Amino acid sequence: MAGNTGTYLIQGAAILGGDPADLLVRDGIIAEIGSGLSADGATVIDATGLVALPGMVDVHTHLREPGREDAETVETGTRAAALGGYTAVHAMANSTPVADTAGVVEQVYTLGRAAGWVDVRPVGAVTVGLAGEQLAELGAMADSRAAVRMFSDDGICVHDPVLMRRALEYVKAFDGVVAQHAQEPRLTAGAQMNEGDVSAVLGLAGWPAVAEESIIARDVLLAQHVGSRLHVCHVSTAGSVDIIRWAKERGIDVTAEVTPHHLLLTDDLVRSYDPVFKVNPPLRTDADVQALRAGLADGTIDVVGTDHAPHPSEHKECEWAQAAMGMTGLETALSVVQHAMIETGLMTWADFARVTSTAAARIGRLNDQGRPIEAGEPANLILVDPAARWTVDPFQMATMGRNSPFKGRELPGKVVATFYKGHATVLDGALNSPHPDAAATPAGVA
Amino acid sequence: MKHLLSTEDLSLANAIRILDTAEEMSAVGEREVKKLPALRGRTVVNLFFEDSTRTRISFEAAAKRLSADVINFAAKGSSVSKGESLKDTAQTLSAMGADAVVIRHWASGAPYRLAATDWIEAAVINAGDGTHEHPTQALLDAFTMRRHWARLSGTGSEGTDLKGMRVAIAGDVLHSRVARSNVWLLRTLGAEVTLVAPPTLLPVGVEKWPCSVSYDLDQTLANGVDAVMMLRVQGERMNASFFPSTREYSRRWGFDNNRLRALDDLGLTDTIIMHPGPMNRGLEISAAAADSPRSTVLAQVRNGVSVRMAALYLLLSGDTREPATHRAPAYAAAAPTKESN
Repeated sequence: MAGNTGTYLIQGAAILGGDPADLLVRDGIIAEIGSGLSADGATVIDATGLVALPGMVDVHTHLREPGREDAETVETGTRAAALGGYTAVHAMANSTPVADTAGVVEQVYTLGRAAGWVDVRPVGAVTVGLAGEQLAELGAMADSRAAVRMFSDDGICVHDPVLMRRALEYVKAFDGVVAQHAQEPRLTAGAQMNEGDVSAVLGLAGWPAVAEESIIARDVLLAQHVGSRLHVCHVSTAGSVDIIRWAKERGIDVTAEVTPHHLLLTDDLVRSYDPVFKVNPPLRTDADVQALRAGLADGTIDVVGTDHAPHPSEHKECEWAQAAMGMTGLETALSVVQHAMIETGLMTWADFARVTSTAAARIGRLNDQGRPIEAGEPANLILVDPAARWTVDPFQMATMGRNSPFKGRELPGKVVATFYKGHATVLDGALNSPHPDAAATPAGVA
Repeated sequence: MKHLLSTEDLSLANAIRILDTAEEMSAVGEREVKKLPALRGRTVVNLFFEDSTRTRISFEAAAKRLSADVINFAAKGSSVSKGESLKDTAQTLSAMGADAVVIRHWASGAPYRLAATDWIEAAVINAGDGTHEHPTQALLDAFTMRRHWARLSGTGSEGTDLKGMRVAIAGDVLHSRVARSNVWLLRTLGAEVTLVAPPTLLPVGVEKWPCSVSYDLDQTLANGVDAVMMLRVQGERMNASFFPSTREYSRRWGFDNNRLRALDDLGLTDTIIMHPGPMNRGLEISAAAADSPRSTVLAQVRNGVSVRMAALYLLLSGDTREPATHRAPAYAAAAPTKESN
């Protein structure tokens, strides 16, 4: 069914930022790479000055459907993902109802297929209703059509050490991974922002770094003890980076993620009391930002995950303490990472491909994503104009969420085209059309 | 000055101007007819999301003495308790033509939202927001201290600051908007502040504040002090292990009779005892201390009306020019730099 995706001849793209080459995309795969390629009937794309990268894979997306379709739907969220350069997203489980059964994960998976903009890989809840009391039917979700491999109570920490141990052990049966939201609940009761110099002045209840670090320390030791695979969501503190680095040195099978906003923004922004800067985990200090950048560059942190968290405006146009936590991120991630990591000289575009695609696909066990850009590989590709500069305007985005903390900032880098399984979902920086296979599939039928 | 949101960003010149204006206002309170026509036809809304009868009636008295029309909006039992948002409440008040909003809110930063958004055009006065700030309380405290300090040096208080005055603020600093506002304002006015509290009731980050910190009230008194401000201890702190018991708290950090006597023994004859009220007699302050001639508790209440008159007058009288004097640089220089772009 890959024969109807068209043929594209991409001319002169710098693959992973290297020397320019032509790519022929046909029948859903990269048919050929070389120079001076030609193909009858192909749509020719002049990619002079553009960088070709593997389609980005987000390990951490909130698509809000089912339940909060006023905040985002699978359709709008995956449009945003395609525009942001993604060809796959992991949809977090904290929907309503919670994605804690085979039925709900299959619903999300089916909605993703019907939308056709990216692969939607549902994340299953670790515990029933995210309540932290009883394991959800992890095996049933793994065996479902959604083939869940990542399990997370994201938003809530699996804080019971016994339950966490059991979850880590149990998912070994189907090569799953537990993605932990590391937040000791007692240390963060009512917490509003990073605990430190700024919270002291602002009188907002502090969210200490130790609340994150103590859970990560415990979990890497648990993972070591039971020989399991652990993923740590949205690492936000310098201490967390140190603990993960230590764990990796000891051979513990842990991966970690950082969000774009934690690579750029600090808690100083909270001085405005503007809830657009309210997020979980909270924005930290500049020392944390620098440690996260260093950790991402040296491989301690494996991937960038957006934690894209759209909210309706009424949940942000209020008092800080009343506001919902979360920021949009799908359509700014590439630019923020380019700004924070590449323009600073900390990473190359090849490193970028590793942290936004290759490593993310490996963590989520997505076999067709994050592949090398070589002939015969699935054509999940993006073309990026690294010289472009643009000013962030949340009202111009495809996501329904207007809660971008980068509003008004000028950022580098623009996704010019996104190829998802050989089909151009994005062309000339604008949405083109969903994958034709998906469009041919009525909603509700996979 | 368009709004009065905090003392952290209040310049020395504006602080002195408010205090000097309050001196003029206090003269009105001495007269038989305690009323000025200054704000006739202007509307002041007291928007209270948190119960505080003392602060509310102080602002009400201040506005009425300036002939403003006063509307009291208590969130309890109103549309707010039915789920109306701050935005809708603000827009409603704006549509009704409020010229100033005096806001008391349990959430830190709520007055900033009113001032920063286009929900309402009115001048915003922070009457206490969460555990952030309570600027008019700090101004009335400073007013009270300044009168005392000027009297000791035999001068009038107009135009003076608090240089050299040693002030101890003792109690639950962590949860205290009064402490925060006082630390910034007293810094600006040149006083030397020592915070005295159990370590559990000091915020992480306090070491960056422009003041000293002590865990020992007796030592702080022995080092010499010109004003001791006792902070109220909230009953709910008891259940959260901030300190073992009220009796232990009282022994170590309360201003009890022994410490009242100690002031005499130390020869600190001119030291005043302050409390923002309402007091927990027998907990953070003994009855003898509260009722002693050193106590300024009632003077603080009286001065509160004058200071709030000054704030309302300066914000609403149309004179919003910044005086020429520079902002006090001490803390501004120490403030962390902003994230680039």
